Amino acid sequence: MSTTLTSQVGAVARRSVTRTLRQPASAIPPLVFPVALLAVNAGGLKASTQLPGFPTDSFLAFALAVPFIQGALFSTMNAGTDLARDIQTGFLNRLSLTSIRGSALLAGQLAGIVALGLFQAMFYIAVGLIIGVDFQSGVGGILVLLVFAAGVSLGFGALGCFMALRTGSGEAIQGLFPLLFVFLFISSMNTPRDLIGVDWFRYAATANPVSYLIECVRSLIISGWDGEALALGFGVAAAIVLVSVPLSAWALRRRLAR
Amino acid sequence: MSELDNSIQVEKLVRNFKNLRAVDGIDLHVDPGEIYGFLGPNGAGKSTTVLMLTTLLPPTSGMARVAGHDVVRDGPKVRAAIGAALQEAALDPLLTGRDHLRLQATLQGIPRHERRSRCDELLERVGLADAADRKVRGYSGGMKRRLDLALALVHRPRIVFLDEPTTGLDIQSRTALWQEVARLARDEGVTVFLTTQYLEEADVLADRVGIIDHGRIVAEGTPAALKAEIGRPSIHARPVTDADGDRIVGVLERFGEPVAGGTRDIAVRLRDGTAGLAEVVRALDAESLAVVDLELRQPTLDDVFLAKTGRSLEGASDEEESATDTVARR
Repeated sequence: MSTTLTSQVGAVARRSVTRTLRQPASAIPPLVFPVALLAVNAGGLKASTQLPGFPTDSFLAFALAVPFIQGALFSTMNAGTDLARDIQTGFLNRLSLTSIRGSALLAGQLAGIVALGLFQAMFYIAVGLIIGVDFQSGVGGILVLLVFAAGVSLGFGALGCFMALRTGSGEAIQGLFPLLFVFLFISSMNTPRDLIGVDWFRYAATANPVSYLIECVRSLIISGWDGEALALGFGVAAAIVLVSVPLSAWALRRRLAR
Repeated sequence: MSELDNSIQVEKLVRNFKNLRAVDGIDLHVDPGEIYGFLGPNGAGKSTTVLMLTTLLPPTSGMARVAGHDVVRDGPKVRAAIGAALQEAALDPLLTGRDHLRLQATLQGIPRHERRSRCDELLERVGLADAADRKVRGYSGGMKRRLDLALALVHRPRIVFLDEPTTGLDIQSRTALWQEVARLARDEGVTVFLTTQYLEEADVLADRVGIIDHGRIVAEGTPAALKAEIGRPSIHARPVTDADGDRIVGVLERFGEPVAGGTRDIAVRLRDGTAGLAEVVRALDAESLAVVDLELRQPTLDDVFLAKTGRSLEGASDEEESATDTVARR
């Protein structure tokens, strides 16, 4: 990448991070709500660890995977809403009138989202360490976890950008919020899939890609190095990236139509 | 075409939105260093034209060359040569004025070592040096417009598009912006394409004016030449009571043809020019008709618009919603 292109991508990413940090109402919920949900679930579902075959005796460690994915979903919403606002206010037109390439514009937006996703992931890791969770995969696993978080943020962020570019409406993006949470709740977020007793729920959780994202993170926390979980998690994340990034690039080209 | 060509050439430019023809085959030419005023009511097609000339909206048909480059085929070259402040100052309320300029300078490829000095220079020039580190959400409308202009100038463009730059500004902010725009053209040779619905703005600033209505250019020329086409002044009388209205109309029509005089005035364009004024006064006096106000007005650009379209520009602005502009912004 040329110096100019790198600077341009960096400038758009920096703007994305700066504006998020300057609006606490946007920056804090992705950090606080998942941790609050973790606390509530850990308190209420602690007895689950007594189930035969439950993979750990610490529900906190088991459930710590959820905030990583929930935070990424929040990022999707924020990224989409911010971009939709840029479309509505004409700020995207302002950016597209400069000599920046469309690819750099999108890369900058996504780089900002990934930076925030990494910050969130580090926050959740810190919370886990503070509450005494023992990361079974060690320091190497934490690094892999950060790479995974970056990939998930990229995939979901690009999805948010795609929706924003297609609809041009922040309200439309907000309207998708419940749908994203359905994906989260109908997953293995609170119970290992093989221990889910209700058939339809188990089938739905098995078909739900979010389950594999959670299980990937979870494996690094409670199991150590689980090749299958990692392959499935990284595979799903890669598939989301491979679909959502080209889609958002296409939507940006359509939107700019310049 | 020369790389230093600062002109704008448009031939038979058309833009359709579904069933609406927002721009209907316009032709225009703007010379290098000229301030061209594009005057018309809301919904006339001004902003749609600007969006096409700035490459933000592809034309349905026709040809437009800006700075010597085709707006469809050479979009990046056009964008490198132009600066634009579009109808609404599109600023991020969470960023400071300096943040905006730094971002714009980076995206425009200004070398790192020049960015700070260029930003400081522009902030000083538009009078925002003291507010540079405040978030834009605390700026007044005039400050936002001045920042918008500064952003358009970051990369020293050869052509600047200003889409209704003073709409909603107080007279002080408006005058300051006019001075800066005039200075740009005079001192730096920048070509300025300025859309406005303010007659005074076009009159004061523009070297030439194009009047657009329903997507078509209905008149074009220097403000003086356009007004000279109309030629004769009009006389406007305001009756003391509405009951006298019809009689005053009868008297005034002896001296010229009626023109729109606003909501309360009765007006005619004087057949004999200013020489007819004394006769009008004598005739009103002879009929014992009193008036609150009697005013002789030289032709204005509104008269030109009226003569060309049959409507007053100031009235038309209120009547017509900017449907095309809304569509154009999507």
